Order: sequence, then C-alpha cells, then structure tokens
Amino acid sequence: MTRNKRQFDYSGTQACQALKEEGIFVVLANSNPATIQTDLGTADEVYLEPLTPDTIKQIVLKEKPDSVLPTLSGQTGLNLAVALKEFFVEQGVRVIGTSVKTIELAEDREQFRNLMLALGEPVPPSQRVKTLDEMKAACEKIGLPVLLRPDFCLGGEGTLFLTNMDDLKEKGEYCFRISGTHQVLVEKSVYGTAELEYEVIRDANDNCITICSMENMDPVGVHTGESIVVAPAQTLSDDDHQKLRSSAIRIVRALGVQGACNIQFAMDQKTGQYWIIEVNPRASRSSALASKATGYPIARVAAKIALGYHLTEIQNRITGSTAAFEPALDYVVLKIPRWPFDKLGLNEPIGTSMKSTGEAMAIGKNFEEAMTKAVRSLDMKSTNVLDNPSYVATEKRLFHLIDQLKIKPIEEVQSATMINPWFLHKLKNLSATRTGLVDFAALQEMPAVFNMVDTCAGEFEAKTPYYYSTQFATRNESYPSKRKKIVILGAGPIRIGQGIEFDYCTVKAIQALRENGFETIVVNNNPETVSTDFDVSDKLYFEPLTVKDVQRIIQNESPIEGVLVQFGGQTALNLAAPLQALGNTIMGTTVDDLDRAGDRKQFKELMDSLLIPTVKSAVCRSKEEALQVAHTLQFPLLLRPSFVLGGRAMYVVKNLLELEHRIEESLMISDGKPVILDEFLEDAIELDVDCLGDGHRCFVAGILEQIEEAGIHSGDSACVLPAQRLQPHILDRVRLYAERIVTTLKVKGFCNIQMAVKNDDIIVIEVNPRASRTIPFVSKAIGLPLAKMAALIQADALTLENISIPQSHHVAVKACVFPFKRFPMVDPLLNAEMKSTGESMAFGHGFAEAYLKALNAAGQQFGPSVMVGDCGKHTEKIRTAFATAKIQCVDDYHQAAFVVSTATGEPNSALRRQCVRDGKSCITSYFAAVILAECLAENPAFNLIALSEVHPDEDANPSDNENG
Amino acid sequence: MAERVGLLVFSDGSVLQGKGLGASREGVGELVFNTSMTGYQEALTDPSYAGQVLVFSYPLIGNYGISAQALESRQCWVNGVIVSEAAAHPFHYESTNTLDAFLQAENVPGIAGLDTRALVHKIRAGGVKPVSLDVVDASEVKMRTKQLLAIAKNFDYSAINFVEKVCVPNTTTFIPEQADKTVVLVDCGAKTSIARNLVERNCTVHQVPYNTSAKDILALKPDGVMFSNGPGDPEQLHTTVSACKELLGQLPIFGICLGHQILGQALGGKTFKLKFGHRGSNHAVQDVNTGKVMLTAQNHGYAVHKIPAIADEWLVNCLDGTNEGLTCDKYDAFSVQFHPEANPGPYDANSLFDKFLEKI
Repeated sequence: MTRNKRQFDYSGTQACQALKEEGIFVVLANSNPATIQTDLGTADEVYLEPLTPDTIKQIVLKEKPDSVLPTLSGQTGLNLAVALKEFFVEQGVRVIGTSVKTIELAEDREQFRNLMLALGEPVPPSQRVKTLDEMKAACEKIGLPVLLRPDFCLGGEGTLFLTNMDDLKEKGEYCFRISGTHQVLVEKSVYGTAELEYEVIRDANDNCITICSMENMDPVGVHTGESIVVAPAQTLSDDDHQKLRSSAIRIVRALGVQGACNIQFAMDQKTGQYWIIEVNPRASRSSALASKATGYPIARVAAKIALGYHLTEIQNRITGSTAAFEPALDYVVLKIPRWPFDKLGLNEPIGTSMKSTGEAMAIGKNFEEAMTKAVRSLDMKSTNVLDNPSYVATEKRLFHLIDQLKIKPIEEVQSATMINPWFLHKLKNLSATRTGLVDFAALQEMPAVFNMVDTCAGEFEAKTPYYYSTQFATRNESYPSKRKKIVILGAGPIRIGQGIEFDYCTVKAIQALRENGFETIVVNNNPETVSTDFDVSDKLYFEPLTVKDVQRIIQNESPIEGVLVQFGGQTALNLAAPLQALGNTIMGTTVDDLDRAGDRKQFKELMDSLLIPTVKSAVCRSKEEALQVAHTLQFPLLLRPSFVLGGRAMYVVKNLLELEHRIEESLMISDGKPVILDEFLEDAIELDVDCLGDGHRCFVAGILEQIEEAGIHSGDSACVLPAQRLQPHILDRVRLYAERIVTTLKVKGFCNIQMAVKNDDIIVIEVNPRASRTIPFVSKAIGLPLAKMAALIQADALTLENISIPQSHHVAVKACVFPFKRFPMVDPLLNAEMKSTGESMAFGHGFAEAYLKALNAAGQQFGPSVMVGDCGKHTEKIRTAFATAKIQCVDDYHQAAFVVSTATGEPNSALRRQCVRDGKSCITSYFAAVILAECLAENPAFNLIALSEVHPDEDANPSDNENG
Repeated sequence: MAERVGLLVFSDGSVLQGKGLGASREGVGELVFNTSMTGYQEALTDPSYAGQVLVFSYPLIGNYGISAQALESRQCWVNGVIVSEAAAHPFHYESTNTLDAFLQAENVPGIAGLDTRALVHKIRAGGVKPVSLDVVDASEVKMRTKQLLAIAKNFDYSAINFVEKVCVPNTTTFIPEQADKTVVLVDCGAKTSIARNLVERNCTVHQVPYNTSAKDILALKPDGVMFSNGPGDPEQLHTTVSACKELLGQLPIFGICLGHQILGQALGGKTFKLKFGHRGSNHAVQDVNTGKVMLTAQNHGYAVHKIPAIADEWLVNCLDGTNEGLTCDKYDAFSVQFHPEANPGPYDANSLFDKFLEKI
C-alpha cells in the first residue's frame, strides 16, 4: 500500500523487491501511475485505486492476504493501518513490521509525550486542546512562541507558529479544521535551536542501529523538508552525537518499532540541552535521503525485518557482511529543497509546513564542494537575490547569505538567522568567489576524480557501483568496463512540470537496456527516486546534470555507445545539443531533428511543409518586438517561453496592455531564447498524442483526450484513454498527422504531440520529442512498456514492426493532484501555467466510473449539492447540467458540498481560496464541470479493478521477446 | 609567514606533501586509520595510539574544536595526525581551541589536505606500515625527505615498550562520594573514561602501573581487578600477563582491549597482529549465545585467537569474525576487545561495567 508522495516510490519499490525475493506474493495498492512499484513485475498484483479505507477493505476481501505492510509508504499507509486495525483483526490479516499499537503510540502526541517522560527523555512542554478557549489557556501557561500541531498530519502540514495572541483565533481554527481528530497540540517552541535527525532501524531481536545522523543548516522553525540538510551531522561533538544516538535507540526500543524510524531532535547549542521534537515510525523523506547518503538500503532492510529477519541474518550486499553495522561516511552529503515559487508566482517565506516539491542531493569531500554541486543540481534559472534582500528564510536566502557574508561579520548574520557559525564560515568561503551561479560553475573547471560510496569509509573492499566526483581526491575509483555502455540522463529534482513520471521512464529504460545486455550508467541527483538506487543500474553517478559534470562522466566511461536524453525530461533534453557539440553520440532522434521540433520557426516550417495546420503564432526576443508582432495576430494570445517545460511563465493575454505587463518575465525565464505568442483556440478539446518512432515507423500508443478545455495546461488537465468525445474520422486524422510528424522527424524513441480539436478542425500545438509525463499512464492503460520500448529502439535493439495495442475493455482516466492546500494565497484557478504536483489513475468499465474514481483518488469529493459561482457566459449551462444530474444547486457556500467557479478576478478568486482552506472540491473549468455533471448523472457503480484484469497478457512484452 | 609543508614519508620510499598542521617537529610511527566521524580529540588523547600516526577517514576534522571534557588522558599520544581538512573556524559551546592550535600546544605534527581515502586504501591493501612526518619550510622539503625516510625505515613498532611510557608512574587513587566497592585498574595506557565509569558506579579506583605484581594488587584489597586498554604488542607484556594469571580465581577480572589480550594470554590463548586493525565507532559485535548485536568503539591492532578450552568465546566481530570477547566462568573473568567506556564511540556496551559490578 502506498500513495502519491514522491519519495515513497523508492521505498515501496525496494520493499516489493525484498519481499518478492523471499517468494512472497505482493499485492500493491496505490493510485499513482507514475511509480515503478505500480508496475506488474515490481509487485505481483497492482490496484490503481483510491487509497480509502473502503477500497483497502475490498482489496483485502478479494485478495485475502496473510499480512499487510503499512510502514513503507508514508503517512497514508499509517493512517489506513490505524483506521482499519479492527478490520484486519477480523479478517485474520497480520500487520507486519511496526505494529499498529506502536504507530498509534508514536502518532498520538500525548501518549508519546507520556512515554518520553517515563523514559526520562526531554520533550518541549505541551498541552493538548480541543477548543479555542483551552488553546488560549494553554498558550498563556506555556508562554509564546508556541507551535500549534494538528494530529495525524503529513509533512508538518498545518503546523503553525504562533508568536502573537492576536492570531490565535485564525490559526487555531485552521488547525482544528485540518486535524484528523479535531484536536491540536500546543507546544513550546524551540525555534532557533539546531535541528538534528537520526534514522534508526530495529529488528525483532531488539537489535537497534542508527544509519545516519543529519543536521539541518536551517534551525528549528524551518521544516526539515524545507531545510538545507547535511549528513553526517557536522557540528556535534562525539558526546553530543552519542547522547542523541543513545536517546534515539532508547526511544525506538521503547516504542517497539520493527523496521525503520526517524527521530528529530532540537538542540540548544549554547548548553547542549536537547529535546525530542518528532518521531516517524515509517519510511520517510529523511529515510530516503539517509539511504542515498550512506548507500544503506533502509527500505529493503525494513521489509526483511517485517518478515521476521534479524539484522544479522540480512546480507549487506555491498561488503558481503551483514546488515548489522552503521555506515561510516568519508564525504559530506548536502540536500537542498526545490520549491515551486517561481511557477506559482510567489516569493513566500518558508517555515514549518512543506512547500517544496522536490530536492537535489550532492556529495563532496567538504561542505563547499557538496554545496556548489547541490546548487548546480537544482537546475535553477537564476539565483539572483536582488528581489529579496532579507534574512527571512526563503527559497533564495542561501544566496543572499553568501552575498552578505562578503561584507557582514559572522556574528551579525548569526544573530539574524540563528544558523550555527560553522555553516556561516563555510558560506563565507563560498562568498569569496561568488558573483552569481556562474562562479559556482567555475569550480567545475578544476580536475576531479570519482570516489565510491561504500558505506564503510574504505575500511573494507566494497563493490558498490555508486560514485561521486571530487576535486579533493587523487585516486579514481570508477573504472570503465569493456562492455557496451549507455549513459542515461535522469531528470534531477522533482518540480512542477517535471515530476516523478520521468524517473519512471528512466528506470524502465535502465531495465530494458540491462535485460538486453547493455551496461547502464545513470546520472541523476534526486535522492527520492528509484533511479538513484545503486542497484537499479550498473553504475550510478550521483552528480549534477550540467554539460560539464556529464561530460566528465562520459570521458571517464569512454568509449560509450551513446547518451540517452529522452527520459529525463527537459533537463536531460537540454543537454543533447551541447553534449553532441563536444563530440558525443546522442542516441535516438538526432539533435537536428530535436531542434526542428523545439525551435518555433523550424517547427512552423515543418508543419507547413506537411500540410498540418498549426496555431498562428509569432516569435519575439524583446518587448518592442512582442508589441509589434502582436498586431499581426488575433487576441487572446498565449504567451510562452520556448524550451521551457511545464508552462513556466505562460500566460493568456487578452489585449496589448496585458501583453505589455507579462512579456518581461517571459523574456527573462526564456534566458536568451525567444518567447512565443500563440493565437489561442477557445473551448477546444486538447489532445496529448503519445507516439513512438523507430526512425522509419510511427506507433501511436495513445490519443489522450483532455477533460479540461484548451488553454488549461495539459499537465493540469485530467485525461481519458480511449478518447470519448471524438468522431472516428477525427481520430484517423490525428493518427495521420502524428505519423507524418514522427516519420518526417525520423523520431527514434518518444514523441509527444499536443493537438487541439474544435468541431472538425485539428491543429497541432506542440511537438515534444522526448518522454512525456503521460508515458507511465499510457503504458499502464494500454499494457505496453513504452519507456522500455523507446530505450531499446534508441539502442537499435527493437523496431516497431508488428507492434499493436492489446485489446482492453476498460477506460483509464488520469486526474491531477494539486499543492494548493500548502499555498493558501494562490488562486486554484487552472490556466496555462502548470501547477499540479502529482496524479492519480483509475480504471473503469465506463468513462464515468473511471473519471469519478480518479478524482476521488486525487482527493476530490462530490456531494449532492453544488454552488455554481461566476462562470462567465457558461454559468447557466453549468447550472442546467447539474440540475439534469439531480445535483441541487445552492447559493449558500456552506450548504454546498462542492463549488464550481471559473471566472477570473475577485470575488471569484477569494471563493476558490476559501474552498482550498476548507478542503472543499472546487471545479475551475467549464468542460470539467459539465463532464462531471454528466458522470454524476450516470451514478456508476465503483468496481475494484486489478491491473492484471485490464491486461491479462502483459507478459507478452516486446522488450523481453527481442533478446530471446 | 612562509607556507608550512606537511611531509609524509613511507618506509617504502613514497612521499606525500600536504599543508602543515600542528607542531613543526618530526614524528614517526605506524600509519593507522580511524573511520569515526566524531571523537577526534578523544582519539588523539587515547594512550593506545602511542607510537602511531593517525589518519582520519572522515574528511572534516576539528569542526567542534577542542574541549577540556574530551580528554582521554593527560596528553596527546599519537606521533602524527593526517586529515583532509582541519577546521579553521570550529564552533561548540565547550570549545576553547582549534585542532591546529591544540596540536601545536601538544607538540604533535600533522598534515592537512591529503587524500585520506587514498591513504586508507593503501593501508587496507598493504597493511600498517611505518611512516615519518614533519612540518617544514618549503625549502627544507628535499633535505628532510631523505632524513625522514631513514627514520621511517628504522622504526619497529613491536620492539618498543609503549605501555611503560603511557601508564601512570605511581598508583593513583580516585575516590567517589560514596564508596561501595574497590577496584584495581591495571593501567597499560588506560583512557580516563574507564576510571570515570567505575567512579560513577561508586567504586574506589586504584589505578596502578602495568607492571604491578599480583601481591601488590591484592594488598590494595580490591573487590575486582580490571586490565585496561593500551598500545603495543600484547605478547611483550610478560609481567602483566603473569600477574593476571596469578589473580585468576582470586578475584573477578574484567579486561578491555589490551586487557582482553592480557586475559586471553593468561588463560592460555595467543594473540596475532591484524593486517590493519579495527579503529572506528561502527563495528558490530554479536553475542554468540543470544544473537544480539552491539555497536562498539574499537581501537586495536592485535586480536586474540586459539582461545583455550577453559574459556568460552562470547562475542565475535560481525564483519571479519575475529574474537571480540571471552568469558571464563571458572575464574569469574571476562573481557572484551572493544571499548565499553566509549569516548569516542557508541554507548551500547556501557552496561558491561554494570555486569562487572554485579560480579564484585
């Protein structure tokens, strides 16, 4: 069982493998299609179903498992285990690994606090409250500042920092609302003290070890997921470290954890006093980081422990000894979060709740090296801090501090930020050279060698194929083999527009190539992924994805067959041309043809020559040019930078004034490349057409019909396969256009084509000759491993002859998951800029079933009453649609189970933000509203559908056939 | 001031240059490595490192400075220190000094800026070897290299009685506020944490020189005897082994590290030199009876083998299977190869002191 959180694909997949090795039949429940764990093959049976207690019950009744393992899939797994504990007992299903009792003990703050007091372990003073009055009294007793912590919440969600009694009512009410139990803990704030974490593993024989200590550079007050984190801890003396380590072990033993557990401490570094601030008895983001930082496979070992193995009975595959040891590091690991503020148009402070979408990790011999590599890995357009010269913790504070330390004394910066001076001295060392990201890059010029991550600091002979570059070592430990080698570029940190689906594609490519005898060499820097598990590929380089960093790896591995750039999103694709210019072979579609698709002018010429209609558009490189060319087009216009993924800085502008207002940002983001102005087709159906090419042939794998109308970013739109609203002759023409494009571009590998259909007109909007974010969804919907096929085609090990789509009687729908809850100031109105951070998938016997299930899985709920707000000219049509569906239209917000509101501006924006705050579903598109009404009218039954039912013949896998 | 060069010369003739650290003086010793990520000061002042030049595999050393609380003896005993990076700006509330200044004050030479992982590999592949080092002016490098090579070549670790140099010259007594028991700690180079652990458990501790006779030990009327850790080749310590043999059966005995090797020999066992020893804080040892594991602090170059029938193998190293502890029920004696007193290292095995207290 697992859910839509990005880091848990790594732990879930590792756990599945560890269980399957023991001959156990693994049933996996998760609604996120972009995960390796939801592939048949990783698990034996997969349910892409909403992760609700009801669904899990149905799965248990159908599959009759012996055991359930809830602790390797994050908070959702824990919550389900708690909710279903009696049901599991009734059904005779054992909860293996850490028990439900332990989960409850760790999760219930009061029980946990009592246990800590009994153990003599210090916790900040706190009090549980059920009403605002109780909260007020507690705040007065404990003394401000305090933290307000709602029960059972993920990722610090909803934890608020209260410094002023005036804010008590607003913040308090919010916490009560989102608390799973309507209870909130008022806790003394240890704000500003050092934050430290320990990853602990315990087995049933009471053997207990710590895998890694981690230290947050940002003191308490910034959520650990939002902090720059180093491993191992840097500023603790041996006494400090052993004190915390012993405390962590005492707690884990007292809780009775069987598996992995994360413990967070606060420490006053003026006195050495520490407090326990949080315990997570499960796989977590931190355990993923600890696992990648040390090379110790935490999820794998935790899964074996759940089966009853002792640490001494589990093999450490790196050194050949047992899993009963603590890794020794001889390098520094540093993690920096990646935030979506640029895409959401925000410059918010960071704090106690998680706002980042991903993270980059880097390894170096010292702090400075790890830091510069991590910054390069972030793949940020700009580290310019001019717009935010403040000590307040924000996305860009790091760069501001580095700049400030050039002129300001350490003491001043320390008192303003409470960051340990050890870190500030290190940042000061960086400030000596930095005038921008450019100078960080300059460090790349120095010679470097590759060292191994071996878990034992060189003490034993190890065979980990896991490497990092360093300028502070003399011996190169990464020897090239004589095999046929292919370098695969990963996607780096997860961000809006470049999600976990690209890691899915990367991993499938690796698998296919390994199965076909190639040596796979992966470059990536995202600790939350499956592709950065060192045993997934033949060799893993945990490195930034820049031209110079990648070139250094290629030189070390040379000769290689070539580089695969189509799997790692735009990050990887952007490296194609510069890597080719350095003399490397780019496999698959040629760089020239990639350019023909990516460059607007060449694309337009290509479409014209193929007699394929495109959007009327113009290109500009300056504000003046933009205003000039706008006269040749018809408003509304869609404004977007070329070569940027996920619709960053994309806007629909209705007139010259709006164009003038938006153009500068787009030009800046575009970074020297032109900005595009498209005419915009209103109320059209948008299509995502996912194809494969083998250089000669085209295989149209899926014509995905988007639910939301054109103008809403395709990444934010739900979609359905097969298409529901299109006539056969339209579908034929779509296929024809796709074939013409794919064969003309001589695509070898992926090609994703976006089209818009209005009445009988089809236009092509965009061609992306790389893996698209819908590849995992289409692969699962049609039952063909598209990413594997694409990899083999690029390696000349597969052609598309005789490939056809297997028969299926099911409809598949993908819905989007949005992060709005964490950004209460953002209007959740969908538009041309992508905002979603995840997706859910569901199958149905018909469209209505699949669509409603997918929306449920994405967290949307629809009751019998709707408030239809301002939807412009569509308001009446939408009301009528719901009335027909017998959904009561109400005018009172509080009576409505859900809301529809599609018009821009106030008060509509305020209404939608209110929905986000209250957790009420809010439909913001005309098409989506009408289609939802139709589905609700149909009121379909929800069936439990196993992936193996959808594709009974999945084993007929072309990548397997090829070699045999 | 001219840049100080840290010069490291191996007995095989290879030479490495880094940045000078600590005292400008010559040092010679067996080159060993420690993989702990914390605890550098405790290691530097651990008498067991006498006659050795210590490489830290963790690259950032000195981050939390030097404090009066982290001393494991009255002085630094290593003959040289090699690190990748020595912290110039440590920060810790207990810190009073930098690593560099501490080494200067302790008159210990050091080298920073070397590839310590490469040194670890060299030691792992070739075993421990003598080296000499010096911190010199750039102009002196050539001349000193030749001299240092001769010094390294002449060094023979197992020929030197380090225990004599590091142990207390005369009996020293520690008295707790409330004294319940009396323990004689035979000092072969004891870390202060051993006596501290005993005092914390209300023991009066008489720390006696390593060559104190059984008769003199018994004259102190102890309830139990401990043999401490220490440097050098255990098979040289004939007087200590004889004293231990004589005491067997008269009093409960607890040995740590070198003390384990002494008890092992007293019971009729042998010791041998490991290729490159165990030095770190992450070594798991397993109880052969219960299967339970402790993470331990280790610092030893020799190990016990050929355990006689009179004793039982109790603990083994999970990584290489070498002996980590033995018990002898007949004589009420037990010993461990690792450091239950920690400092540096995990506290997992601290309860062994309680086990000893139960016996006496």
